[in-house]
Amino acid sequence: MKKRKFGLTMSFLLAAGTILGACGGGDNEAEKEGTTDTGEQTEETFKVAMVTDVGGIDDKSFNQSAWKGIQEFGEANGLEKGQDGYNYLQSQSDADYTTNLNSLARQDFDLIFGIGFMMQESINEIAGQQTEAHFGMVDAVVEKENVASILFKEQEASFLAGVAAGLTTESNKIGFIGGMQSDVIERFEAGFQAGVKAVNPDATIDVQYAEAFDKAEIGQSIASRMYSSGVDVVFHAAGATGNGLFKEARDLKAKDPSKNYWAIGVDSDQVAEGVVEIDGTEHNIILTSALKRVDVAVNDLSTKAKEGNFPGGETTVYGLAEDGVGLAEINDAVTVKADIETKVQEYSDKIKSGDLVVPGTLEELETFSAE
Amino acid sequence: MSSRMRNILIPIIAVLLGVLVGTIIMIVSGYDAVAGFQALWNGAFGDIYFTGEVVRQVTPYILAGLAVAFAFRTGLFNIGVEGQLIVGWVAAVWVGVSFDLPKIFHLPLAVLAAAVAGALWAFIPGYLKAKFRVHEVIVTIMLNYTALHITNHFIRTVLSDGKERSENIATTASLRSPFFEGLTEYSRMHWGIFIAIICAIIMWFILEKTTRGFELRAVGFNEHASQYAGMNVKQNIILSMVISGTFAGLAGAMEGLGTFGYTAIKGGFTGVGFDGIAVALLGANTAIGVVLAAILFGSLKVGALNMPLEAGIPNELVDIIIALIIFFVASSYIIRWFIDRISKKGAK
Repeated sequence: MKKRKFGLTMSFLLAAGTILGACGGGDNEAEKEGTTDTGEQTEETFKVAMVTDVGGIDDKSFNQSAWKGIQEFGEANGLEKGQDGYNYLQSQSDADYTTNLNSLARQDFDLIFGIGFMMQESINEIAGQQTEAHFGMVDAVVEKENVASILFKEQEASFLAGVAAGLTTESNKIGFIGGMQSDVIERFEAGFQAGVKAVNPDATIDVQYAEAFDKAEIGQSIASRMYSSGVDVVFHAAGATGNGLFKEARDLKAKDPSKNYWAIGVDSDQVAEGVVEIDGTEHNIILTSALKRVDVAVNDLSTKAKEGNFPGGETTVYGLAEDGVGLAEINDAVTVKADIETKVQEYSDKIKSGDLVVPGTLEELETFSAE
Repeated sequence: MSSRMRNILIPIIAVLLGVLVGTIIMIVSGYDAVAGFQALWNGAFGDIYFTGEVVRQVTPYILAGLAVAFAFRTGLFNIGVEGQLIVGWVAAVWVGVSFDLPKIFHLPLAVLAAAVAGALWAFIPGYLKAKFRVHEVIVTIMLNYTALHITNHFIRTVLSDGKERSENIATTASLRSPFFEGLTEYSRMHWGIFIAIICAIIMWFILEKTTRGFELRAVGFNEHASQYAGMNVKQNIILSMVISGTFAGLAGAMEGLGTFGYTAIKGGFTGVGFDGIAVALLGANTAIGVVLAAILFGSLKVGALNMPLEAGIPNELVDIIIALIIFFVASSYIIRWFIDRISKKGAK
């Protein structure tokens, strides 16, 4: 009796499995037909997609900015979000990069972006296998014929942020929170330090690394230590970890509105993250943001690829002169706003014209002088 | 109803309940549940490439599940599989990059290094538990973080020159196979799956067929009775943790020598070690159960990546379904109670 019951369950399961399996197969065929159909109708449809790193699509910073660029490109070209237009896949761990990139390549996306230097190895590997597909590598260089690499001169944006920080600080103590030690974040750090030194040689900079791009709680504890040691301006280049900095600054500001707790955003204009309402009046703790226009670069590369000018094997560097990096609006509540704006303008012009080369590594920083 | 049959039914019902509630959640949040499950299926088995990726994901899951299950069977909660996995990973890669040997020595040496590293890392909580009665849960959790940061430092200083990742391992130490790559259209499936299955057999053999295994289980059931019966409880606790850690270290070798072929600075845990707890739980802490549960978890994990693309469903939702399955397994008492009631009614 027992045996028979067990057998019945097993056969039921097997039957269910078979039916499900059949379902899967059938759908597959239907889908394949579907795609070929649309392929014939709109042969010109250009499909573009991106894979996020572990920060996720709504990291309020790097990935989000890239996605914004793809959305803008999609809307400008009448594409729809989904399999036949533009899309994104999120990675939940390092192991997902390769799978995600590969599934997009298998879905015949014309251009696939890998966002973040952590994807370098995966892109390198897959570009070698999927030689028909085109890839965009943001923040690292992959030397393959079908990969276009995009780099930024982050140091130029963070130099300007450093100028703003150096002029704003009253305690002459400034903080920097980095994500992980890497070439990209080193550019941020070196540029920022150079910017501060250029306008305020007396200021000291407390540099801390969180060793993570997705840990807001670590960001908050570092920020808390910095502010309590007298630091009044903190700049972060740490992706979603930086959200902890904003939270700490907002909390402190809410407790004591008369004091200044400034934070500088990164990648996107993060002004929306700094709003604090105290007794009905709105304050904002975001001094400004060092913009890294991933959206501009992604949009730009997509347009080039669509027109058939995909710069395979090349590395495009976006700096201040190309509008690839920049500085957001300065907060109105800063007393020295006008001074900052003139200085920032002055230095921007110098950088754009090439009179001033901002150091991109800590080694270069040692010999740097703004004169 | 026999207890064996019940042990099989409970996980199956738990999975079905998890899927059912997941379906309801999908429908309530306005997604097409049928399309969602189709996408999940296609993402895991719709294409030989994805199936290869499922096998790739299943491999470390089996080993991590075995690690948790082995400790659990002997009365210990090894929450530190994650940390043991990370040290195993780094040890395997270290051997992989710094030695120059023929494959027949190099690969076994790298695998062995991972096993030893994991075993040593698990020896610490085992020793502390046996000697000073320090609870292994606390020690293993703390050692997870210790492992994470020590290996990060090790990668930056020893394995690279201040970079965020090591060199790729030598091909003589790699588990990857051009044969599987060709078979599965460049998936990252590798030879490790055989190591995982052999380990499952070893675990079954040790626990069920050897005197030592009987002792280990006896200590798990009742320490005092075992001691009274003349068994060396302390030694068995340490041995159990070391074997558990060996499995965990091997799981790390799968990642280091198979999936990735290098190691990189980690901002957080890989999650494989923690998923191993769920795998062991769903697999009722038996070797065969762990293998089956690992296959289920691996398919869900890889298939889930396809859900946003094909059906527009966020993969957080798949995490919710997995969480629900674990929830129902953990609350198996409810299912047990229901089965008892139903079978009693049938008997009447």
